[in-house]
Amino acid sequence: MGWFIARRLGQFLLLLFVMSLVVFVALFALGNPVLNFINPSSPPDVVRQAIHNLGLDQPAYIQYFRFLSGIAHGDLGNSYTSGRPALRLILERLPATLELSLGAMLIATLVGIPLGLGAGYRPNSLVGRFVEGFSLLSVSLPTFWIGLMLIIVFAIETGIFPAGGRGPTTDLLGMKVSFTSLEGLRHLFLPALNLSLFPMALAMRLTRASVEESLRMNFVRYARAKGLPPRRILSVYVLKNVLPSLVTVMGMVLGGLLAFSVITESIFAWPGTGKLVIDAIQISDRPVIIAYLLFTVFIFSTINLLVDIVCAVLDPRISLRGAAS
Amino acid sequence: MKSVVRRYFANRATLGVAILLVCVGAAVFAPFLANQNPYDLAQLNIMDSGLPPGSEGWDGHYYWLGTDEQGRDLLSAILYGLRVSLFVALASTACALVVGVSVGLFAAYRGGAFDALLMRVVDLQLSFPSILIALILLAAFGPGLDKVVLAITASQWAYFARTIRSSAQAERSREYIQAAQVLRYSSLRIMIVHLLPNSVAELGVVVAVEMASAVALEATLSFLGIGLPITQPSLGLLIANGFSFMLVNKYWISVFPGLVLMAVLISFNMIGEHLRKINEPGYAA
Repeated sequence: MGWFIARRLGQFLLLLFVMSLVVFVALFALGNPVLNFINPSSPPDVVRQAIHNLGLDQPAYIQYFRFLSGIAHGDLGNSYTSGRPALRLILERLPATLELSLGAMLIATLVGIPLGLGAGYRPNSLVGRFVEGFSLLSVSLPTFWIGLMLIIVFAIETGIFPAGGRGPTTDLLGMKVSFTSLEGLRHLFLPALNLSLFPMALAMRLTRASVEESLRMNFVRYARAKGLPPRRILSVYVLKNVLPSLVTVMGMVLGGLLAFSVITESIFAWPGTGKLVIDAIQISDRPVIIAYLLFTVFIFSTINLLVDIVCAVLDPRISLRGAAS
Repeated sequence: MKSVVRRYFANRATLGVAILLVCVGAAVFAPFLANQNPYDLAQLNIMDSGLPPGSEGWDGHYYWLGTDEQGRDLLSAILYGLRVSLFVALASTACALVVGVSVGLFAAYRGGAFDALLMRVVDLQLSFPSILIALILLAAFGPGLDKVVLAITASQWAYFARTIRSSAQAERSREYIQAAQVLRYSSLRIMIVHLLPNSVAELGVVVAVEMASAVALEATLSFLGIGLPITQPSLGLLIANGFSFMLVNKYWISVFPGLVLMAVLISFNMIGEHLRKINEPGYAA
């Protein structure tokens, strides 16, 4: 067990190092970002001074080492445009993205699991057909297009929900959150629904598949023979068997949602990290882009690491296999 | 042969193929079908800007799907946009196919440490959301058609690699491979002439599904403004373009390109779904 965690931790650190290198080298190829936000007709000495101030006249490897030692101090450089620390900008925006992702996850599980249970129990019922159609649609349609449709239907035509923005926020443990007020919830609902469609379809399919599998098991037959109602069989006997694998997959998806929120945030003008990075890419604000990518990869890999460890704890076969190879 | 053809065109897949053929036809013959070249500014009439679907223009042009804010016939814009979207998807899926199949085939044939290393990379890549990979690359190289193709290729090749590797690995231990090795054919020849043709059966599904996700990913990137440049408007860019006009109720500028995008994606997925069913062991025609 200890070996498994140590190996997995080693892989995690190696991945972060490689990513820092990849991200840095990739962005170093960008050319000189100064010209994007300095007046091109400025006198040459002003341009030179700006390049020097940003440390862009140093050779690449020195910039990389400065960058690495910066990371060690929690410093990922300052934004070229606002001059503020890039990591700070991201951390300020993080609560909005987290709130959006967790909201999406909540909707996905609350809707996805019951529908998946129903569809698995009776594949040819109305629910079964709905799940079938929904999963084809959700893999076919890009998130941004569904987001537009949601805006047209619920914001422009009927006006039930606002079309964008975050609405009022309140301070909760030092984080700005919007789910505490009704107005905030109204702003949160459409973006969260939009982001939830992918994990929802995943939860549905996964639940359906495992229900179909466990229905053939003896313990379900026995429960049926006892004359238990289907609702009880599903919610107690089957669900217990489905949950572990579901928790694993949903945990991994949560990391992915942080990245996918880029799309939803852009459509709904949700002031999270995704919106920040899209704006930064468009003006080549290199430190912000690098900080975002590293931060997202870090969170994403941390979640995967935790999920792996939890799995290994739950299922001893995994760590044994890991030790043998 | 006949039964194979009949099997491919059974039920839902027929509809998918039909929709797709119409779209491809429309894209290929766009210059003949469109009543204006939407990117030749001389052909646009600014007086016709923002007309709703089915209206008649200043000089008697009939706009089936309306016009955008520059007076561009939306139907023509969609036909040209479809061309760009399908081209990008085709190019990037083809690149991903070549890269992925080479890596997967090589890994399966060589086995051992090579295989372990390459598959680690593949697993790592598959665990990353495609949008994140595309963001890294596009942040580095900036927008542009070739860069978008590169970004989509980079986020897709691993699917092909894993698919071909799993079927090639099963074939690898068959007698005909051993026979070819005994005849001292070169590894390259064995891989391409013997191993490849026997391992491609599963690839059809991946190609169909990846074509769909390439179209979707390109549209998403272009919609976010980090994909194709404004001079090469794909469906995604058309939708992005109309987004700002949606709030003033000019819904058609976004909605019609979106519906076409949807049709393309659904048809690819229907075909993929059907191919998957055919490949399942228990399938009966």
